[in-house]
Amino acid sequence: MSLLALLGVLSSAIYSGTSLLYTTLGEVISERGGIVNLGLEGVMLVSAATGFAVTSVTGNPYFGILASMLSGGLINMLFGYLVIARKANQLASGLATMFFGFGLSALIGAPYVGGKIESLPRILVPGLGGLPKQYTFQFQFDLLIYLVVPAAIGVWFLLFRTRWGLSQRAVGESADTAFAAGYDPNKLRYQALFLAGMLAGLGAAHLSIVYTRTWKEFMTAGRGFIAVALVIFSKWHPLRAIAGALLFGGAVAFQLLLQASGVNISPFLLDSIPYVLTILVLMAWGGTRKQSAPASLGRVYRGSE
Amino acid sequence: MAVTSQVQPLNSLFAKKPVQVFVRYLAIFFVAFVLFGVILWLAGKNPFEAIRDMLVYTLGTPSGFSEVIVKMIPLLFTSIAVALPARVGLINVGAEGQLYIGAMFAAGIALAFPQLQAWILLPMMVAASLVGGAAWAFIPVYLRAKGWVNETITTLLMNYVAPTIVSFVVYGPWRARGAASAPQTVDFSASARLPSFFGTRIHLGLIIGLVILAAYWYLMKYTRWGLEMRAVGGNPQAARRNGIHITRYLMLAMCIGGAIAGLAGMSEISGIHGRLRPNFSPGFGFTGFLINWLSFGDPIGIFLMSFVIAIITSGGDILQLKQGLPYAVLNILLAITLYVVLAKPTLFRRKKA
Repeated sequence: MSLLALLGVLSSAIYSGTSLLYTTLGEVISERGGIVNLGLEGVMLVSAATGFAVTSVTGNPYFGILASMLSGGLINMLFGYLVIARKANQLASGLATMFFGFGLSALIGAPYVGGKIESLPRILVPGLGGLPKQYTFQFQFDLLIYLVVPAAIGVWFLLFRTRWGLSQRAVGESADTAFAAGYDPNKLRYQALFLAGMLAGLGAAHLSIVYTRTWKEFMTAGRGFIAVALVIFSKWHPLRAIAGALLFGGAVAFQLLLQASGVNISPFLLDSIPYVLTILVLMAWGGTRKQSAPASLGRVYRGSE
Repeated sequence: MAVTSQVQPLNSLFAKKPVQVFVRYLAIFFVAFVLFGVILWLAGKNPFEAIRDMLVYTLGTPSGFSEVIVKMIPLLFTSIAVALPARVGLINVGAEGQLYIGAMFAAGIALAFPQLQAWILLPMMVAASLVGGAAWAFIPVYLRAKGWVNETITTLLMNYVAPTIVSFVVYGPWRARGAASAPQTVDFSASARLPSFFGTRIHLGLIIGLVILAAYWYLMKYTRWGLEMRAVGGNPQAARRNGIHITRYLMLAMCIGGAIAGLAGMSEISGIHGRLRPNFSPGFGFTGFLINWLSFGDPIGIFLMSFVIAIITSGGDILQLKQGLPYAVLNILLAITLYVVLAKPTLFRRKKA
């Protein structure tokens, strides 16, 4: 494989991994607070559709990204109302949110199917201007890609170096203890979910507005579920999530490369590589993960009556 | 993922007076339809017209009504496929994938032995679909029983794998030869088709589904297995101390569930399509999950909810035709219904003594 092809794989790995990393970071935050959100798939779809629609109407991708984040946060608030205020089962509520996202995104996106939009500019990595053109093409990234690793570091700082992060993790380990220590578990969980929804919205915006520049129904193709899986893979740690997202991005890129190189394998089987890889990775990690999961993950906090 | 699932008590729903239950469900669907109407209105559609179309074209005409029954058949299977594992505390969100693999296995038999008589071919197809669905369900439950991966996330991810395998065989080795034929297998022989009734598309799958539903009811209510399964789902610790083999029950419940989902796939391709096509299921597996939650695993509830949800999903076709709305929009209505049920859990749970 030539150097150019290798760089191409790396470049598309970064492109397809970015949306996933943002979403995974969000889920890390909410799971640290004790809430599993299987509805991320729906959240991402609604955000992707909203972001695309707003970009299409205003002609400004930055508005689109903002709308995408906001809608992600709002959908997560709906989910939060169910699991926090109404104390509903988190898995079922997540799947209800998934259904909701399937439907709402189709409704929002319907007028914009096949539309064209203005996207974010692609900026060459600084200092590489001297390379030949076919090489510089592999190093052109957009703003959201440049920001994704700082975002991971930011989430790490937020969770492990701030008071808010400490209280969030305390709620995830034991909501009752956190309550006894003077925190409000419900408020903290709403905050975590809103932040998680905004990050998922950012990821979805990168997918629909920047990477594919299109909207179609079910376009996230399970990325929301893969993000939940990657949280387990990363052992609930934001920095390890970077590796997970690159791995998944690499799987997608590898699949594209195989397709492009004309290998005689059905494209349908290649399509399943990312999902199979995710399951395999989860299996490999299976034995060791228990110590790192927040202790009260998925449990309903019933208050202190 | 250290997820503790809340297992719903079986029959909690119908421990109450039927009238009460009826009124509650009426209220749930009323609220859901109102909220759905509001969303349609916000989207610039006429909600009254849309919902009237949905109801009139499904319940108002004999052909529409028969199509509701047709849609109900796979939902009966897939909701039992979710309900049975749920009794032992397993969350099977993978009925969609199990359905595809079951259909593929059945299609394999139908294509391999087209010359056989119906009385031998159909049972072979049924057996194949059971094996296929069970095998697909075995993977996640094995991983769960080993304590490696939670079954929720694996079943979800495997839903994306199964249709690609079906697409692979349908576009590849099994594709019907012909000039510009669509990507699908050759038509099954007449003996590989489930018979249909009354000149409609209602087929024998309905009877099979009802028999399985009755078997599920009997199993849960009158057998030791049912009792032990509920014990495993309710309190695994206590069940283990009473000498119940938990792993065996987990495996069995999930694999039987998967097998029933696989049978849904067989009944669809044999009763309706008459060939294997890519992406032939509009989310029957997911809808089955929803029905199980709406009915709390109660057999009568599954029957009624399958019927009601079949009306809604048939209504999706109508919305597409009459209002130019995407079919996926009806997911909003399904989601809101589940939201309403989830948001009011106290209405459905027995009060703690």
